[in-house]
Amino acid sequence: MAMLHIVNKSPFERNTLKSCLGHALAGDSVLLIEDAVIGAVSGSSVVAELQQAINGNSISIYALGPDLTARGVKLERVLEGIQVVDYAGFVDLTVANEKTQSWL
Amino acid sequence: MKYTIMVNEGPYQHQSSDTALQFARAALEKGHEIFRVFFYHDGVNNGTRLAVPPKDDRMLQKEWSELAEKHGLDLVICIAAAQRRGLMDASEAKRQGLNADNIAAGFRISGLGQLIEGGIESDRTIVFGD
Repeated sequence: MAMLHIVNKSPFERNTLKSCLGHALAGDSVLLIEDAVIGAVSGSSVVAELQQAINGNSISIYALGPDLTARGVKLERVLEGIQVVDYAGFVDLTVANEKTQSWL
Repeated sequence: MKYTIMVNEGPYQHQSSDTALQFARAALEKGHEIFRVFFYHDGVNNGTRLAVPPKDDRMLQKEWSELAEKHGLDLVICIAAAQRRGLMDASEAKRQGLNADNIAAGFRISGLGQLIEGGIESDRTIVFGD
């Protein structure tokens, strides 16, 4: 029973991304939206944790494209392995995962 | 798929009201049904009809009302959160002895039970907040 975890705050402001990655299980998905998309930028200090989640723990990481664009983050600066989705893709993720947890 | 959307953040506070609105639009465009949108905490401020944002700004309260009208959405404001923040419909204003109401078109005031019912009746409950 896969779960979609939604994180909406920057990892440099709150520890919700860290908490989320500590709880997410293999097969789960994590979607970064709003200020959380800053964590998806290649070279940031949370890259190691995201890579461990993707490669070590089989967690899929997504970032909301319009929120990246709104913050001036070009898609080529997004960490490799993170999938960029639009709002339609966001909806699809909520369909694909039976449960959704917003890390507020 | 049937959705209940919960909005816990006020308009213009950060971005969650915008995100919830965009998510609702995308879900409807994909043919999904929105069973209910429940506004809680500062989220109830999405339901005032007296907001007058600058003309070049986004008009969140109006956009919720318009989306509700277009798709027949059930926009529910939590009564306890509304009372604290001065959100009133006509009957509640009368009951409280107040001389005005300010609830926007498409919204109604009710209790937390509506959120629980939404969770039971919907396939997915998605929470947006601060």
